[in-house]
Amino acid sequence: MTTTFPSLLTGCVALLCGWVLVGLAGLLRPESVRFAGRTLFTLGAALGLGLAALAGASLLSGGIERLILPIGLPELPLHLRLDPLSSLFLFLLGASSFGISVFAGGYFREGEGTAPGLLCLQYHLFLASMGGVLLANDAYGFLVAWEVMALSSYFLVTTQHRLPEIRRAGFLYLLMAHVGALCLLLCFGVLQGGSWLFTFHAMRAAHLSPGWAAAAFLLALVGFGAKAGLVPLHVWLPDAHPAAPSPVSALMSGVMLKTAVYGMLRVGLDLLGRPVWWWGLAPLILGLFTIFYGVLFAAVQTDMKRLLAYSSVENIGIVFAGIGLTIVFAGSGMKAVAALALLATLYHCLNHAFMKSLLFLGTGSVLHATGERNLGRLGGLIHRMPWVAWLTLIGTLAIAGIPPLNGFVSEWLLLQSFLFAGRLPHAFVNLLIPMGMALLVLGAALAGYVMVKFYGIIFLGQPREASLARAHDCGWLERVGLLWLALGCLALGLFPLQVIRALGAVTAQLIGAVVPQASPHWWLLAPVPGRPVSYGPLVFLTATTAVVLLTVLVVRLTYRQRVRRGPAWDCGFGAVTARMQDTAEGFGQPIRHLFQPFFEIERQLPEPADREPRYRIAIRERIWRLLYEPISAAVDRLANTAARVQQGRISVYLLYSFATLLVLLAVALIS
Amino acid sequence: MKAIDWITQVLEMAAALAAAPVFLGWVNQCRAWLQNRRAPSLWLPYRNLHKLFHKEAVIAQNASPLFRIAPYVVFGAMVLAAGIIPSMGTRLPLVVSADAIALVGLFAAARVFMTLAAMDVGTAFGTLGARREMMVGFLAEPALLMVIFVASLISSSTALPVITEHLVSGHLGLSPSLAFSAVAFILVLLAENARIPVDNPATHLELTMIHEAMVLEYSARHLALMEWAAQLKLFNYVCIGFALFLPWGVATGHIGPEGLLVAIPALAVKLAAAGVALSLIETVSAKMRVMRIPEFLGTAFLFAVLGLLVHVLLRT
Repeated sequence: MTTTFPSLLTGCVALLCGWVLVGLAGLLRPESVRFAGRTLFTLGAALGLGLAALAGASLLSGGIERLILPIGLPELPLHLRLDPLSSLFLFLLGASSFGISVFAGGYFREGEGTAPGLLCLQYHLFLASMGGVLLANDAYGFLVAWEVMALSSYFLVTTQHRLPEIRRAGFLYLLMAHVGALCLLLCFGVLQGGSWLFTFHAMRAAHLSPGWAAAAFLLALVGFGAKAGLVPLHVWLPDAHPAAPSPVSALMSGVMLKTAVYGMLRVGLDLLGRPVWWWGLAPLILGLFTIFYGVLFAAVQTDMKRLLAYSSVENIGIVFAGIGLTIVFAGSGMKAVAALALLATLYHCLNHAFMKSLLFLGTGSVLHATGERNLGRLGGLIHRMPWVAWLTLIGTLAIAGIPPLNGFVSEWLLLQSFLFAGRLPHAFVNLLIPMGMALLVLGAALAGYVMVKFYGIIFLGQPREASLARAHDCGWLERVGLLWLALGCLALGLFPLQVIRALGAVTAQLIGAVVPQASPHWWLLAPVPGRPVSYGPLVFLTATTAVVLLTVLVVRLTYRQRVRRGPAWDCGFGAVTARMQDTAEGFGQPIRHLFQPFFEIERQLPEPADREPRYRIAIRERIWRLLYEPISAAVDRLANTAARVQQGRISVYLLYSFATLLVLLAVALIS
Repeated sequence: MKAIDWITQVLEMAAALAAAPVFLGWVNQCRAWLQNRRAPSLWLPYRNLHKLFHKEAVIAQNASPLFRIAPYVVFGAMVLAAGIIPSMGTRLPLVVSADAIALVGLFAAARVFMTLAAMDVGTAFGTLGARREMMVGFLAEPALLMVIFVASLISSSTALPVITEHLVSGHLGLSPSLAFSAVAFILVLLAENARIPVDNPATHLELTMIHEAMVLEYSARHLALMEWAAQLKLFNYVCIGFALFLPWGVATGHIGPEGLLVAIPALAVKLAAAGVALSLIETVSAKMRVMRIPEFLGTAFLFAVLGLLVHVLLRT
């Protein structure tokens, strides 16, 4: 298994350095969109493709490579390691960043906040730091990369820093990132277990008492959960994603959230050794709640990028529920099902990276073409922007879990692991499993609702504003980027068996078991041996296409009536205007009405006699009032109390020094 | 896979295509009798389809290609679904590739395309119908899945024919968990097929309509396909019900012509009985307000979850 010759790892490190160099090159001509925007971003994309190839090769070989670089702290050089888990996430980073970077090459224009060259530096530093997080094999290197990632993405979020709400979103993001980082710092402090060695190797060898191990796990859950957007730590996400430029949103949602998942898997299933089953309950329950919470808020959004951000919260919920399930099973000694649950989790990470990036980039094109993020001012764009509309449709269907696209595969796998959980030794968990299944399928169905709203309101119907008639389709670089991600969604959906075989090395590394293939056919997914459970997306697609084409053919041959265009019928009502369509608020109204207790709704209704009737509604999360406002008030109070010490007169400060000296002397005398 | 299996496969799809309009005609006939009306002909749905196919199609000026593709996708999905539900035989080659979860996914695909097409022209009714359809769907779809999961847990498979074979093998009375599921299933069936307490297929009254609002902009062959797909959907749901709760008479194991000799009349008898039951339900219940529908479906979902919990409790 273990190879000592560090070829692939060296290649990966070289590519990460390449990203940094590309970023620095942006400073040569920071104002040139052509150089910094087009050329460098395309170059960065090529490096991403290289990274995906190297990581893919490493994943398929299943080997582990280590490398120690003589930089870093005096006692602690930089340890790097490429194993199946990090290869998988590096592949995810490389492959999805290729599409995003190509798109970004055609996306950034002049006069939009930060200069393109600076943006190029921040963007590529962000990419390289994510790679660093995935490769680091010691806590110091990990945390440095983690912080660079947080800071570079902070600057990317605040590209339009002249707008106050974007500065606020950036601040919130930075704050939550640091709360999370603090927890991680403590977590690693616990993990070293008194050896004061901060390499991951030493942490694996450390023997923690059960209490400390649980504490480390919970700290990791909070730390990585804050980065991933686990409820209630998700509050930064719906603000930061819309604030960032679309390629950055795609990168943050598609890739950065996954680095947190990587960290959770690394700590929970690798560094801590064999997990205890009840640790899994926390991510499982929080994850299930996150699914439901995220999708409900997604359904009532009116800003298209906020909607997608809440949808990311939902998907992170699915991933964490999968992690929780894996830990419960692995801790109960059920390795086969644990491997299945882990496989579903990893698969969903890959899927989400492609489909969510695709959707965010699609909204970016719409934003460029129309200048609007508000769903209530869009509509009918399928006529003006066919490329964006049809490629985004693939992402929409994928995330709604429609077979044979990729979102369905991971949900199918996760449902199978729920279904065939068998009998767990704990009665309470046995009852929790069906409830979890119910929440998962409810969340999946609601995601369909959200996606129909998203797609239908942006791309279908009549344009809600006259200015939309000037909307234009995206340029060729953007098309290539979208096409790459859409093809990724298709490939992940149609060839699950090949993906699962590649993921086998990861489940073998973390769980010690591989999901078997119980069918002799290369096109048929049959993950549970001894049980007649299978799914063959290629056959599914072929059969559907065949039936549809046959219908078209028969109808064409038999009935040669022509098609005439006429005004819309609409039950015979005359004058149909664009204002008569559902708004985003209207489409989400049933959800708002049904799940009212979840929302804090502020509504202004017009009076019957109003000359200029206005309807306004604002929906906030209750969590602000229930959790964050009390915390911020308490912090304020504490700060005010502490501020009393600060008098601003030199004599008082001298007195403080004097008193401190006296106390220290007293301590010295006594001891 | 033997040739006879493929023949069964094609036969099932063809039978569904042929029988779905008659089944709707039968339900309408029973309903008319129960309501003391003169019943329309059993073949009326056929004549209607024939008429529609021969008309000139009129499409709204701003309809996109999606609008024209959707009827074919919806229809194709329903035909394919008919091929994965064991209505007559359980040896279906396609089932290996598409289990019950994929079946629900197929229904979801049809729903998504239908709602997107409804939003495409951008009329008030279209979007209203789409919104209401999704409101029905987001509760009905998980409820259906949970119903199927109970049966899957009993027979340790998510493939419908395996479930049917396991249930028909008889070493099992109607378990309490299946009783809960059956109630949930009937509620879902009514809601998903736009039947009376949820939607009224016979009206264009804007306050109540769901399905009709979505297909309002369609005409001629596109409308015919949408209508036929709706009839197929009803047929498919009834057949899912048979597969889960009344699996008797289905040709299990390796079937030949002799197996079908039993299976076809058995299916006909079951369908006739189901038609009577459906029309009875529709006659005795009143159409409910649209905002009450989630309560109705919430009940279905809870029943389905209860069925699952009962199963887990009784097992341990």
